[in-house]
Amino acid sequence: MTNGAQILVRTLLSEGVGTIFGYPGGVVLPLYDELYDAPIRHILVRHEQAAIHAADGYARASGKVGVCLATSGPGACNLVSGLATAYMDSVPVVALTGQVPTALLGNDAFQESDITGITLPITKHNYLVQDVSELQRVIKEAFYIAGTGRKGPVLIDLPKDILTTEVTSDEPITEINLRGYRPCYEGHKRQIDRAADLIAASRRPVIYAGGGVISSDASEQLCEFVEKTQIPVTATLMGLGAIPSKNPLFLGMLGMHGTRTANYAITESDLLIAIGVRFDDRVTGKISEFAPKAKIIHIDIDPAEIGKNKLVDLPIVGDAGSVLSGLIEKVTGVIGEEGWRNQIQEWKTRYPLTIPDDGKLHPQFVIKTLSTILNGGGIIVTEVGQNQMWAAQHYEFTRPRQWISSGGLGTMGYGFPAGMGAHVACPNEPVFVIAGDGSFQMNIQELGTVAQYHIPVKIAIINNQYLGMVRQWQELFYEKRYSYTELPDVDFVGIAKAYGIPGMRVTEPAGVRPALEEALATEGPYLIDFRVEREENVFPMVPAGCAICEMIGERHPHDEEGS
Amino acid sequence: MRSHILSVLVENRSGVLSRVSGLFSRRGFNIESLAVGPCEEDDLSRITIVVKGDDAHIEQVKKQLNKLIDVVTVRDITYQNYVERELALIKVQAEPGEPRSGVIQIADLFRAKIIDVGRNSVILEVTGDSEKIDAIENLLYEFGISELVRTGRIALQRCEKSGNGK
Repeated sequence: MTNGAQILVRTLLSEGVGTIFGYPGGVVLPLYDELYDAPIRHILVRHEQAAIHAADGYARASGKVGVCLATSGPGACNLVSGLATAYMDSVPVVALTGQVPTALLGNDAFQESDITGITLPITKHNYLVQDVSELQRVIKEAFYIAGTGRKGPVLIDLPKDILTTEVTSDEPITEINLRGYRPCYEGHKRQIDRAADLIAASRRPVIYAGGGVISSDASEQLCEFVEKTQIPVTATLMGLGAIPSKNPLFLGMLGMHGTRTANYAITESDLLIAIGVRFDDRVTGKISEFAPKAKIIHIDIDPAEIGKNKLVDLPIVGDAGSVLSGLIEKVTGVIGEEGWRNQIQEWKTRYPLTIPDDGKLHPQFVIKTLSTILNGGGIIVTEVGQNQMWAAQHYEFTRPRQWISSGGLGTMGYGFPAGMGAHVACPNEPVFVIAGDGSFQMNIQELGTVAQYHIPVKIAIINNQYLGMVRQWQELFYEKRYSYTELPDVDFVGIAKAYGIPGMRVTEPAGVRPALEEALATEGPYLIDFRVEREENVFPMVPAGCAICEMIGERHPHDEEGS
Repeated sequence: MRSHILSVLVENRSGVLSRVSGLFSRRGFNIESLAVGPCEEDDLSRITIVVKGDDAHIEQVKKQLNKLIDVVTVRDITYQNYVERELALIKVQAEPGEPRSGVIQIADLFRAKIIDVGRNSVILEVTGDSEKIDAIENLLYEFGISELVRTGRIALQRCEKSGNGK
């Protein structure tokens, strides 16, 4: 005889699950009893939101499916923003939630919430298990759906009696048959031929690479394609690391806080090769003026992304890596005019991202120094806002999956718990969480988790005592009326100390490197409170509704004489 | 903007209907009619959805429908050659005498059936395309319709008529 909880644990093990991030509660007691001596590591977080963000960070860092567990009602509801985060960024996560016994479903029982109903639009799929005989199949399907095609979160709701019901036999299921789910990996041959023709004929091509390149592990193919064709590349926030930042053909990030070079290149290009991207409004600005002179090739595994925001000339539905391999075979060599590459190098020289050198502590300098110390390595996990944009702009990435950030949903409070998950996935990599003082306080309770499990994440708080990005918008577009964006001084080092975590406050540029080195040299978690220039802005910036070539800020002194 | 008819084959499982209708509501589409029931395969259901929208928006909804794990196929038969029917039950005032014979006459004209007779009213059953139902509804209006229910449109693509591709 075997019960539902045992089937669940056994199936998780067969899916290769090594760690679960979770929080117990009434209806999941039978499962927790089973986990007590199961060969699965369980990390007890301090809030269920952290459990799902940690599972998400684990998935982004490793490429494998992350798993989290919460009880019914409030526990399940606390997963909501994390599920939406993973859904927007196509991250493979399986969320297990407890539910009241099937006999009480719909009766407003204690700690009941209709979590499958609530999460319908923010999961790739979800299940309410109503018969223990379905349990193994559902778990298998959930992992398959989460980790294939366009990846995403899947939730399994488990009524308490499902976990306790005994069944006599439970043969392992090996085959999954979902007639409504057949992701297409191979690009259409004729479309790839047509794309190769368009590419061969182009004079000013640009590659616009996104999160799809990372999640399909297609960086190698992208770099090979770039190497062969010498086509310049820009990346979205989600695509950072797809190509090393130091590659001379890399233009930096594009979009609202992209580089001038990237945004100008898109605007002047005659062929845009969009790979694993979704033409998000933060990238395109005014969509009608995005890449106005270009023909567009759009490669994506999700047919629904084709033509969703922007009409394209040539769609290829398929896996980024597989399609790129096809294209590498078809293209003959260097593509585009020499003058185009020269123009791009000229922009790069004329419009570098700058850091003020005035003896004050600027946030960009913190990122730059970290990048130098780690030599572009490690795993960089961010919160959301100015801290995130400075990290994206100034860190020099060397490989995919080292950059972990909430892109689509922009979830404050994501970074710190995601950093815990990233460490579990890659225990030998240094993990730095770049946080704002606002974001950090959204999941600050996880100091308890990293202390308990001695998770060596290094927390760098870019502390300006503001909700900085909102303050920036208020400064630029609301006449400096700082409505509810100022935060009081907090002794973060003192808080860390209370949890037994060492830390340091830094107020001078000279203190940045020693502090980062101290953090790295310290075993276990470490917190640095960087007291930065309070009203520093993220530039360049494309104001909302403008074309991406209409940037403000970051004008180089030579700018005026140039044109 | 025109009405599109989508024929959607789905797994017959709980929650499927809310998944499908949710895709429309979150995009601000108002579904004109939705009919769901068993189809040629035991464990599948066919949903016929009539929704107004421009072609690009409908195209996007179709793709989103296709992404649902429980959706097996989606066909937009708007521009195909199709047959459609709708069924309506209409309870109409029909006192014995002149009103009742008037109602019976209209029912005959529309080949509607009288499926229930009471002291002062009758229930008509009528099938046809939506325009036909609208027409009988209009004519019966002056007699006094006390209750009315329509199934929503159901549709199938027409059969192939010849073997030479025409």
